[in-house]
Amino acid sequence: MNNITLTIDGVSVSVPQGSTVLDAAKSAGVRIPTLCYLSGINEIGACRMCVVDTGARALQASCVLPAAEGMTVKTNTPAVREARRVNLELLLSNHDKKCLSCVRSTSCELQNLCNEYGVSDENRFEGSVTPTQIDEVSPSIVRNNAKCILCRRCVAVCEKIQHVGVIGAVNRGFNTAIESPFGEALSNTACINCGQCIAVCPTGALTEKDDTDKVWAALNDETKYVVVQPAPAVRAALGEEFGIPMGTSVTGKMACSLRRLGFDKVFDVDFGADLTIMEEATELIGRVTKGGVLPMITSCSPGWIKFCETNYPDFLPNLSSCKSPHEMEGAMIKTYYAEKNGIDPKSIVVVSVMPCTAKKFEAARPELGHDGMADVDVVITTRELARMIRQAGIDFASLPDEDFDKLLGESTGAGVIFGATGGVMEAALRTAYETITGKTLDAVEFKAVRGLEGIKEAELDLDGLKVKVAVAHSTGMAAHLLDQIRSGEKEGLTFIEVMACPGGCVNGGGQPIVSPDEREKHDPRTLRAQALYQEDKGKLLRKSHENPEIKQIYADFLGEPNGHKSHELLHTSYQKRTKY
Amino acid sequence: MSVLENKDMLNQLDQVIAKYKGQKGAVMQSLQDAQEIFGHVPKDVQIHIAEGLGVTLSEVYGVATFYSQFALEPRGRFIVGVCMGTACYVRGAKNVLDKMVAATGTPVGKTSEDGRFTIRDTRCLGACGLAPVIMINDDVYGRLVPDDVPGIVDKYKEL
Repeated sequence: MNNITLTIDGVSVSVPQGSTVLDAAKSAGVRIPTLCYLSGINEIGACRMCVVDTGARALQASCVLPAAEGMTVKTNTPAVREARRVNLELLLSNHDKKCLSCVRSTSCELQNLCNEYGVSDENRFEGSVTPTQIDEVSPSIVRNNAKCILCRRCVAVCEKIQHVGVIGAVNRGFNTAIESPFGEALSNTACINCGQCIAVCPTGALTEKDDTDKVWAALNDETKYVVVQPAPAVRAALGEEFGIPMGTSVTGKMACSLRRLGFDKVFDVDFGADLTIMEEATELIGRVTKGGVLPMITSCSPGWIKFCETNYPDFLPNLSSCKSPHEMEGAMIKTYYAEKNGIDPKSIVVVSVMPCTAKKFEAARPELGHDGMADVDVVITTRELARMIRQAGIDFASLPDEDFDKLLGESTGAGVIFGATGGVMEAALRTAYETITGKTLDAVEFKAVRGLEGIKEAELDLDGLKVKVAVAHSTGMAAHLLDQIRSGEKEGLTFIEVMACPGGCVNGGGQPIVSPDEREKHDPRTLRAQALYQEDKGKLLRKSHENPEIKQIYADFLGEPNGHKSHELLHTSYQKRTKY
Repeated sequence: MSVLENKDMLNQLDQVIAKYKGQKGAVMQSLQDAQEIFGHVPKDVQIHIAEGLGVTLSEVYGVATFYSQFALEPRGRFIVGVCMGTACYVRGAKNVLDKMVAATGTPVGKTSEDGRFTIRDTRCLGACGLAPVIMINDDVYGRLVPDDVPGIVDKYKEL
């Protein structure tokens, strides 16, 4: 393919044919500001922030302008700077500008660009204002159209990456709004609560439903025994909220901060993950040996579960009946742990810290509990935990490392890697191999199921037993894989892992916000996953069934995996849902 | 009751979807033809189009709300469009519209209680030489003065 040579701000660059001027500017070391642009999925030239001077009659949007041979582009002229500033001022004329009370303050791209471009009067243009509409019916996601700049990044990720497509641009001209069809609340649509829309929103138009008040109230209630459990992926990203470089695991500081917040016990969902593997690997072996429904598909990701219930109900028998790790652990806290310590389970409040907004929806599912108690009472995201830590005046970065509490806090490397795409698969294989073959697995790392390829497939030899497995991340990729199975194009798979978010939980909708600029420099999916794989490597025990607390819970309480008690407390069922 | 319970109409809609499926602009075309069949494009019809074409309801609804020609609610037998384009406006279209509202007893944007008339103020109809102009379904009336309106309306009251 021929290269194109052009000049950008006096720098000559050669770029492949088909590149845009925005692409070319990057290789010239020039940063052009963008708002609506999301590489590969939303290149629509709508916001006009990326305008440049090419010598043409008018300034042009560089994100949709093909680079041409001999082109001379100026990105930093008085006219360009003024155009960008006026653009921002016009956006502000229909923006609520309540930055002081906005959770996205300082991580807001609109706010940052206003600062950069020297917007000195946020009320320069006053005109019609769209009436504020806040949709907060969903347990997971809040939409505030008064902060929406109509960039359509949420629309693009919802439709193109997740294949959910429950929001879009409606009406026309000044009345244009991003909404669900027929003005439905998000919770009345096929929204899977994954929160990927929040992760790409440049402003505070899309945020998580904040449940920190519920946690503060519980912590302040002396009659309550408040237990917290953070998910594997939280430790790989929480540090970013406090200036610690991306990809640093902050497990010890996190445990310490939770204790200082006042939780009575600090347990770890990594334990729940190990427990999940015991149940799930046993279920898989059962299905393989007794002729059950195959391929079996993982059930840890609540976004994926709702997606499957809504769009692929014919695959419900394929879903593992295992509850997700934090739900399992919640059930164990309110039975096993309560019994052992003589605590009234009704006084226990289980708080899960999750990289995920869909977990809020999951925790509210009526079937996930027993005796009138929910397994998990409150779910907060990584971002909400960071907010609590800041409010409590805890200097996170300087905290010492502490350990989790005993009985439900011990974990193996297998539990840790749940947070990365392929992690559940790998953890299950480690245990399944040893259970099926009776031999010790020395090479515990199944590299074929790691990494960011949309659908990963591997054929494994479990001591003579050939097993074909697949891993899909993002519900769009899951849909693609299931379509292939439906059509018969893909056959013979035994086990499938699906995570609703691209990259798995490390890139969940509840994780610290990473701007598109930063994402181009370093991929949070890779760096955060590396932190987990590193932690796995450093663990003495790397197989779930070797976890001493897991052995203890089966000996003391559960009996055996997939036994009677497990089925009562650790397994669940699914329901077909309507799409509209 | 869903309009899709009419098997004949449903059949026609399915033919429309089959005709446009996979083509560029299929959503727009299907909505247009669906409106011909049903008179308007309610939610059930939009869902049927989305499922049939394999696109999201968001996309269909986005198109349906972008173009003012699509009606989501049932419309009257006679769609009265009073042109508010510049030429018509300066030649007294507003007075024609007021008279139309009075003669039909129907506010702008609404449908008369007997389901006979839907009154709309429209953008330029492209007949500026006849300004001020109105359209009732496919019939065009030009060079109007307000007093012409009751007679025209009466004609349609008898149809």
